[in-house]
Amino acid sequence: MTTQAQSGSAFVNIGERTNVTGSARFKKLILNDDYEAAVEVARQQVENGAQIIDINMDEGLLDAEKAMTTFLKLIAAEPDIARVPVMIDSSKWSVIEAGLKCVSGKPIVNSISMKEGEEQFIEHARKCMAYGAAVVVMAFDETGQADSKARKVEICKRAYDLLMGIGFPPEDIIFDPNIFAIATGIDEHNNYGVDFIEAVKELKQLCPHAHYSGGLSNLSFSFRGNEPVRRAMHSIFLFHAIPVGLDMAIVNAGQLDIYDDIDAELREACEDVILNRAPKSGESATENLITLAEKYRGTDVAAEKAAEEWRGWDVTRRLEHALVKGIDAHIIDDTEEARLGIKEAKGKPIEVIEGPLMDGMNVVGDLFGSGKMFLPQVVKSARVMKKAVAHLFPYIEAEKEKGAKGKGKIIMATVKGDVHDIGKNIVGVVLQCNGFEIVDMGVMAPWSDILKAAIENDADMIGLSGLITPSLDEMVTVAEEMQKAKMTMPLMIGGATTSKTHTALRIEPAYSGPVIHVLDASRAVGVAGTLVSETMADKFVGETREEYAHIRDARAGKTAKPLASLEDARANGFEIDEALKPAPPAKPGVHHYDDWDLNDLRDYIDWTPFFRTWELHGVYPSILKDEVVGESATELFNDAQKMLDKIIDEKWLRAKGVAALWPCWREGDDVVIYIEETEEHVRLPFLRQQIAKRAGKANMCLADFISPDGDWIGGFAVTSGHGIAAKSADFKAHIDDYSDIMLKALADRLAEAFAERMHAHIRSDLWGYAAGEQLTNAALIKEQYRGIRPAPGYPACPDHTLKPILFDLLGATHHTGITLTESQAMLPTASVSGFYFGHPQSEYFGVARIGDDQVEEYAQRRGMEVDTMRQWLRPNLNE
Amino acid sequence: MIDARSEFTARAAKRILVFDGGYGTAIQNYKLSEEDYRGDLDLKLDQKGNNDLLSITRPDVISAIHDAYLDAGADMIETNTFSGTKISMADYGCEHLVRDLNVVSAELARASCERAEAKDGKRRFVAGSIGPTNKTLSLSPDVNDPGFREIDYDYLLGVYREQCDALIEGGVDFLLIETIFDTLNAKCAAMAAQQSAEASGRDVPLMISMTITDMAGRNLSGHTVEAFWAAIRHVKPLTIGLNCSFGADLLRPHLAALSKQADALVMAYPNAGLPNDLGEYDEMPEQTAGLIEQWLDDGLINIVGGCCGTTPDHIEEIAKTVSDRAPRDIPDAQTTTRLAGLEPFVMAA
Repeated sequence: MTTQAQSGSAFVNIGERTNVTGSARFKKLILNDDYEAAVEVARQQVENGAQIIDINMDEGLLDAEKAMTTFLKLIAAEPDIARVPVMIDSSKWSVIEAGLKCVSGKPIVNSISMKEGEEQFIEHARKCMAYGAAVVVMAFDETGQADSKARKVEICKRAYDLLMGIGFPPEDIIFDPNIFAIATGIDEHNNYGVDFIEAVKELKQLCPHAHYSGGLSNLSFSFRGNEPVRRAMHSIFLFHAIPVGLDMAIVNAGQLDIYDDIDAELREACEDVILNRAPKSGESATENLITLAEKYRGTDVAAEKAAEEWRGWDVTRRLEHALVKGIDAHIIDDTEEARLGIKEAKGKPIEVIEGPLMDGMNVVGDLFGSGKMFLPQVVKSARVMKKAVAHLFPYIEAEKEKGAKGKGKIIMATVKGDVHDIGKNIVGVVLQCNGFEIVDMGVMAPWSDILKAAIENDADMIGLSGLITPSLDEMVTVAEEMQKAKMTMPLMIGGATTSKTHTALRIEPAYSGPVIHVLDASRAVGVAGTLVSETMADKFVGETREEYAHIRDARAGKTAKPLASLEDARANGFEIDEALKPAPPAKPGVHHYDDWDLNDLRDYIDWTPFFRTWELHGVYPSILKDEVVGESATELFNDAQKMLDKIIDEKWLRAKGVAALWPCWREGDDVVIYIEETEEHVRLPFLRQQIAKRAGKANMCLADFISPDGDWIGGFAVTSGHGIAAKSADFKAHIDDYSDIMLKALADRLAEAFAERMHAHIRSDLWGYAAGEQLTNAALIKEQYRGIRPAPGYPACPDHTLKPILFDLLGATHHTGITLTESQAMLPTASVSGFYFGHPQSEYFGVARIGDDQVEEYAQRRGMEVDTMRQWLRPNLNE
Repeated sequence: MIDARSEFTARAAKRILVFDGGYGTAIQNYKLSEEDYRGDLDLKLDQKGNNDLLSITRPDVISAIHDAYLDAGADMIETNTFSGTKISMADYGCEHLVRDLNVVSAELARASCERAEAKDGKRRFVAGSIGPTNKTLSLSPDVNDPGFREIDYDYLLGVYREQCDALIEGGVDFLLIETIFDTLNAKCAAMAAQQSAEASGRDVPLMISMTITDMAGRNLSGHTVEAFWAAIRHVKPLTIGLNCSFGADLLRPHLAALSKQADALVMAYPNAGLPNDLGEYDEMPEQTAGLIEQWLDDGLINIVGGCCGTTPDHIEEIAKTVSDRAPRDIPDAQTTTRLAGLEPFVMAA
């Protein structure tokens, strides 16, 4: 329920799950001293939209003061929880006061009343004022709780006047005029709902600026165990109470219904009891609702049963349903049933695949193609399909059928030197869903193996993937070798660094067969399908050739951009303000961490790229509510959270990292590091921008951020990939691509989170130039901190070959187990490495195109042949 | 004589008032020795660097600095008691001197003001400086134990109470809780100040000044300026504002946010820019004053002074800059409910 829409005014949801009297789970956690899990309950509430969290530790078996203060101190250390105000909830003043001494913002005290007389009420109110807290005032006086409207109004008004008398700010008063149970069968209770609503309405006039709150769950107390009725009662009560002035309620926001969605019959019966109206039927409102309630009792269970209804359908429809919904629970049984049915009709096992399974996958393909299904769901569907096919495989083999060639056979490989396979796997799965047979060559596949597999399998095409820039050259090599082998099959190119332009300029000219760049997984099916089509292939290939030729023509002659000479670029370098140079680090030298707590890293995850991996485009968290992909994104996110829980609880992965800070100075565009232990000097040459700059804009080089008169630089390498191989093999063995891709995507996120975390650790502790930094994860993602951590192979530092130097300096392989391939890709893939620059003026930039003058000089500084250097810097060459 | 609150408020309604500048740099310039610091006190630990102690051992130095700021045009000066608590004095083994040094410091500042008043007849004000201490109620010093705290509220309340009692005894006009990096510490100090004032029977208005420790505009305990205001406004301070942090330029957006909300006088006293790598402040008086001019254009402040790195020359330049400029209009008190975690939470009326 969006309370906003319902009331037209802002209605405040107070989270109720961190309350031992209201949540059995929370009580158990606190009694077991499991504060870590209890803190997570608070976090979930805030994540689920609680604007204030109510904390109550009133439990006979607990030292409530200690539990309250312990919990408050712990959540104070969690910025994503501590950002919202707390409500200190206790019937004991001593617990409230102990809590007030731990809360740094402005909280609400829940509650004080005139139960023990005016004197104590005023004393407590004064203390709330002194501590700076708003206060919930219960409609309770010396004679008891207010039940009728008149008593509620009288007590609250008296309390209001007393508070005004001591100068209590009226806006900090929140009245709780008591929501009592209705429809209890006792006639005196029938008007309680009306009493509350009417009292609020009148008090609103009598007590300017005060607010009104209530505990909703009391209202429906007599319908315990009948959730549908309780939810309806709560929603309808709010529908009537909010417009008269109820501003807040302690409520589980997820358990409210939308007023209009409640069955008309139930809605009217609830409204009758809440508003104490005589029903049309002539029965009493209570009896009427009690009778009706039986109809709704257990409807939650009924809904679940309805969800199982599809199990009664015929097997073909069941298979389709399982594929579309991605349900693998019954797939083996259903596939077997279909196989037996076809066998009885003298059919062959392969017909199960060609018939019902392919029909189901066609539905999936259509939905995906029309944007009604999204990649994560498709991958789940594929998991179901693969399990079905795996079940049939032995029968097909037994009948010695020639494995009917589906739409076509595709060799898929991540090229030599590269180890990234998430994208390749996704494309593979999507193609399999659409009837293609995939021969997966895995990662770091040398061209010779790829060609051999293609020939031996009589493949219809080859698909190459790669993520890092050196892979682009390797793809050209594969194309050249295919040409030499006089092959003619189509070559598909994909992966993060690939582009239509690169494909047109470098790969297509190397191979006379069709070369097609595929932008993402959703296009792969269309491209592959067209390439195997007898009618469409030639036309498509011809058009693509023309398009690529056009791209080449368009770039011919004007590809080389006017660049500043290296000398001029240097003269226009960036000058740092020496005065802002950070102080020397608190803890110089090399620091390594053998098993960083994954739980700690979890909070640092930047989720947006995770969704991008799955081709869901949007920014987290709003993507979860996106009109188009929201549902799919939410489901994916929930699955990710579940796996993340397991990764952490069952220690699937291990995070190892190393970070170091060294004294250094700048010499030209080089940074020279001094290693104290060995008295060695290590030179780090950096590249400088040569693109023409507007006046006032510098030609940047990372070395600019280092002072020639002595400074500090850092380096790091972190990984969360240890343990991934075993788990991945396990998933593959269970034909579960979805989980395999999920695991790799999460490991990647954890590695990035680790890099973010380590950088924060550098700033606040090891280097310590931002010791007091307090940044939310959103602020970290926006890089709202001082200093940068550029990585070799990325725009500011495009030379991948600095990685081995960095690794040597850090002892990275020794400390973290990360190794480098010949293309300088890191293994495990879920790894990040880079340099730290601490100067506040340091910033990210792209080196972009550089001139031959710099390439030659740089090769000399790096001690490499110019040709070799050109190969490594290919994407930055001015040609 | 009209009471300090009324006179200060009336004067602030007419023009922008001027506060003093930094003391640390000024004291450094005297190049004092261990003997200067220690005087003839029988103390076990080295005292060099214990600036608050100079009020007792070298009152001439402190008085000279006070006088210089008053000559530069300050309407108000602060006592030399930034570290005058049992917690901070423990570093020098001087816990037993807390009362004396606060009383003496208040008297020194008062005496300087009286000298200045004798010259031109214009009343000057003394703000009793209360620093944040080096302990925090909101954060654990142990990363492995986030629930741990080095001190508790009641202990800190007693520590502040001792300092506030002594400052009031020494005759300060206001109590200035400054350089607040921990909001809960500040709430505790404010409670102590109110208790001390009540016990003394005098109206001693509170001045509250937060310091921002990151560019995102939060203090060390993580509060934004708006959340800080929500958490502290119950003490009804005479002034609310920001000090230290960084220079005037970087302080401006946060000052603007506070200025918009607070129904109190806004006071700000920035550093002379950011320190260089030797820990020195290079911003020249004209530069600081020039940056403050931007605040004036936006109508952000009522009282302005300087913090680390500012000198009497800076204050003189600032006083010149603000002399003919209109002070900020104080917005009406709001009856909006403002709660706060690390971020503010405003309830619709």
